[in-house]
Amino acid sequence: MDPFSSAFVAALELIASLDPNLLEVIGLSLRVSLTALALACLIGLPLGALLAVVRFPGRGAVVVLVSALMGLPPVVVGLVVYVTFSASGPLGPLQLLYTPTVMVVAQAILVTPIVAALARQVIADLNVEYDETLRSMGTSGRMTIATLVWDARYSLLTAALAGLGRALAEVGAVMIVGGNINHVTRMMTTAIALETSRGDLSMAMALGIILIALTIAINGAVMAVRNGMERRAYG
Amino acid sequence: MVRTTATILKPILAAGALLALAAAPAVAQADSIIVQSTTSTQNSGLYDFILPQFQATTGIEARVVAVGTGQALTNAANCDGDVVVVHARPAEEEFVANGYGTERHDLMYNDFIIVGPSADPADVASAPDVATALSRIAEAEAPFASRADNSGTHMREMALWEATDADPVAASGTWYRETGSGMGATLNIAVGMDAYALTDRGTWISFENKGDLEILFQGDPALNNQYGVIPVNPEHCPNVRAEGAQAFTDWLLSDDGQAAIAAYRVQGEQLFFPNAQ
Repeated sequence: MDPFSSAFVAALELIASLDPNLLEVIGLSLRVSLTALALACLIGLPLGALLAVVRFPGRGAVVVLVSALMGLPPVVVGLVVYVTFSASGPLGPLQLLYTPTVMVVAQAILVTPIVAALARQVIADLNVEYDETLRSMGTSGRMTIATLVWDARYSLLTAALAGLGRALAEVGAVMIVGGNINHVTRMMTTAIALETSRGDLSMAMALGIILIALTIAINGAVMAVRNGMERRAYG
Repeated sequence: MVRTTATILKPILAAGALLALAAAPAVAQADSIIVQSTTSTQNSGLYDFILPQFQATTGIEARVVAVGTGQALTNAANCDGDVVVVHARPAEEEFVANGYGTERHDLMYNDFIIVGPSADPADVASAPDVATALSRIAEAEAPFASRADNSGTHMREMALWEATDADPVAASGTWYRETGSGMGATLNIAVGMDAYALTDRGTWISFENKGDLEILFQGDPALNNQYGVIPVNPEHCPNVRAEGAQAFTDWLLSDDGQAAIAAYRVQGEQLFFPNAQ
């Protein structure tokens, strides 16, 4: 059997067997990446809105910086977070290295600029439409931001999905700060890297197929919910 | 501006709360230790076989971070591990001499081998010793994949080249290919480019993507591969879980631990030979 078919067979067998190790690895991937995304949205959405609406000196430079940070190399983020949380680093006393928590931190750093930059663009576009109305109503700055974020919520879902995609796919940062410890910090991507280094390419590909299928399922589910909500809102 | 500060502050506070929530299940367990380890012991499946026995005996969960020997020792020197299992004696002795580890113990051994394409263009299979084998590869300018990652295997490879007249690093990028990757990744690359490579036997036996590569040279005493275990020194690292690390070391060196290592087999072959004193 060629490597592609054997990988597909292995993937199907893995899924069918509901292998507890596989479920554990998938569970950790989802838990870490979704928590990182939630953090990134909490910081990135208001930040993006602020950059879209509020004028201040140096705003252009901040906008450039935030979009440039979308391209943060995961391995560099992993290194910086490792040095920060290492026992000999400034946050060493927290003893968080090699735990899922520090993996969340690393991924949140990677995802926040993506959410912020995309949210800024979406909200800035919407603000062009809304600006006069909101101004004539004398809406406060905070209310303006809240209104814009709320009305842009469907487009902002795409920003969130982009961020989630980055988090689920990334291996460089979580490998360094999580250590790929079996049953503790092993995620889908680090498990794939491990199987590759064991030379078990069909298992590695099978895990890859499952990861991609999972990402498609999440995107499909979010799109379906979004379409349903949109129909109800504007229907 | 006050308002905008509040808009910014609130999510950051919420983010902190969320992080605390995520952290809750990850609070370090008192009965777990971090093992900074070389990759071969993990990639070969040895830990999956012996660690459950260790946990059943002592109740301690050993969490393995598998990196190259050089990185394992660096991480441990940064106090990010409680015990190390590595295979580069000079580096291990330096680690202890620097006060980072308490004491180095012989744990087990196997050997390094040279693998390469079955056609063996440099004719290393007939070489009388490993220095000749490597010299022939250099003379033939046959592709050779080197770890080049400061791992135990890479340190040994460099020492073996020292004993020849060849200067492989000067040829880097031509026939000498520095992968900068782990053993498995380097073997994958060697398979892809029909290159020779130095590997430990444990990783080789359990490696599942051998392609056209086979063992071409083995048996020189200079290829002995000794593994050592070193608890991290609590005087250097006050945060170290010294009791757990010592229990781990004691168990590995005990009759039970040594028997567990000897009992591990892949495809009927014993991978590691215990030799604790």
